Amino acid sequence: MNRIELTCNPFIKSALKNRYPQLAVFIVMLIGYIFAILAGLIGTPVGSHNFSIVFVWIAWWAILILVAVPFFGRGWCAVCPIPLPGEWLQRGAVLAPPEKKPTWLNLRVPKVFRNIWLQNISFLLLALFSSVLLTTPNITGIVLAAMLFAAIGLSTIFERRAFCRYLCPVGGFIGLYSQTAPIELRIKDKQVCVKCEGKPCYNGSSAGYGCPWDVFPGGLTKNTYCGLCMECIRTCPHDNIAVNLRPFSADLARPSTRMDEAFKAFIMLGSAMIYAGVLLGPWGALKDAAYNVGSSAWFIYAAVFLAIIFGVLPGLFTVAVYLPIAFAPRNHVTTRSKSLRQRFAQFSNSLIPLGLMFWVAFSLSFVLTNASYILGALSDPLGLGWNLFGTANAAWQPMLTSILAPAQTLALVGGLIWSARTAQKAANEVKVSPTPVILYCFIATSLMLWLLL
Amino acid sequence: MMKKRTAWILLGFLSTVVAFAPLPAQSAAPQTRTFKLDARQFAYSPSELKVNAGDTVTIQLVSADVVHGLYVDGYDISVEADPGQSATLTFVAARSGSFRFRCNVTCGAMHPFMIGKLTVGANDWFYRSIGLASFVVVGFFPLSSFLNQRKKKDERDIAF
Repeated sequence: MNRIELTCNPFIKSALKNRYPQLAVFIVMLIGYIFAILAGLIGTPVGSHNFSIVFVWIAWWAILILVAVPFFGRGWCAVCPIPLPGEWLQRGAVLAPPEKKPTWLNLRVPKVFRNIWLQNISFLLLALFSSVLLTTPNITGIVLAAMLFAAIGLSTIFERRAFCRYLCPVGGFIGLYSQTAPIELRIKDKQVCVKCEGKPCYNGSSAGYGCPWDVFPGGLTKNTYCGLCMECIRTCPHDNIAVNLRPFSADLARPSTRMDEAFKAFIMLGSAMIYAGVLLGPWGALKDAAYNVGSSAWFIYAAVFLAIIFGVLPGLFTVAVYLPIAFAPRNHVTTRSKSLRQRFAQFSNSLIPLGLMFWVAFSLSFVLTNASYILGALSDPLGLGWNLFGTANAAWQPMLTSILAPAQTLALVGGLIWSARTAQKAANEVKVSPTPVILYCFIATSLMLWLLL
Repeated sequence: MMKKRTAWILLGFLSTVVAFAPLPAQSAAPQTRTFKLDARQFAYSPSELKVNAGDTVTIQLVSADVVHGLYVDGYDISVEADPGQSATLTFVAARSGSFRFRCNVTCGAMHPFMIGKLTVGANDWFYRSIGLASFVVVGFFPLSSFLNQRKKKDERDIAF
């Protein structure tokens, strides 16, 4: 299937080039975000009746993981309010570039941090405290505020969106899974970019800002680091940027060789499995351990959590990747020419669809069970006894429980098929057997089925 | 040679059989079963209940700390117990499978995750799902290699 260029449509193109539609969405999002912080800090401590918990961890999370990431990739990043105040401060403007730029430090992020390891760490930090974070409004409020202020602080020190690119705990996994999405931003003709003087898409011009994500669009081959902010569409003087519809997981045909991205796949896969067991399982002792931060049980929980993600999952995967190499003929040049480390990173691509579908299956259960809280929180967002829309006393009622198990099976088995196909493509390129990696995916899927069904 | 569409139809048919084919009915005679279920923040004890399809199940919910509830997914029935008190829920386990039961009265921070598991008969859907996943792994290689061969043949035909 070829690409379909959406920006051929003049209405879509003008909507993307014009700053006002995006600004309108930004303002709504920013108001909602600030309200979520305030609700978390001053609203009721009962999580299921507080806007911050219900709208962030149920409504937003459902939209993000069930719709935005699978179908729009980094579509959420295009409207995320977190970097806005810092970016406006950094630019000295809300819309088009001003004549005189403010004099912030504008430093390059040190090379040692120009990867997603910090995002891996920030996600893991939140994951280890997630039982408290997901259920305690003031902790959610504090974390949301901390992210906002971190983004502002980094914008005054470093150039572009350093927070989004290198620190945001959410942006890391959105980037990873955006490779599977059927939407992309790419250049139309490489030669046009080669000959382009000044590279305004990266360096900025009077028409717009240089890429806030520190990406040169001419070199884009995958979605991971393109935030779909549409700045390059505005700055390109040659109309050489397109937003395309494409087949799902088109980026996975080009396997990554980066260990930070490989470990992001394990972090996400492992976290989904652990959450399924701890939060949705029947084991009260696990919930106690995860919730009682600072207790000896919590330290054991944290150690096991990290051991699974950094030891068990990648360890078994290493064995799965090593087996075909070990049994390859000695004269098999393609098989033996790359290191185990490179193979590990290449094949970890096959865990991306699997991980995404694990999260979809986990979230279906969590979201459908708790979605009815949205009605109550809408009418009484702070838990102060309001009844703005007459739904404050809506009874809790799980939704669609009869289709939950089939939907989860569909997601998990579908993810297994998708991953098996991705592993096979990677294996074909290097002419080794994908069987051990597919078996690894099968075992992980079986475990997740057992945890959820 | 089998066409691509035929291969996919065959795969879809076999998957449907694995997912939905009726299984032999279980022969155990219906019994009356009674469970005492202790509820405390944020767990039930015991947290897993197993009964046979058709059993009459009575759950005596005893709350140890705050008000707790018990809602059974799939059966849409519930009961609430005050602190130190007990409440009883009786129903016929007519639907087979695995069902979560959960607290339906806000009881504290981890309330949304206060969950137990009721298994009625065999957890058929789980075994069917594992069957589907196994089918994917076993069926994947011949099918994909067949599709790859077809693709290469088509490419050769185009080249000629």
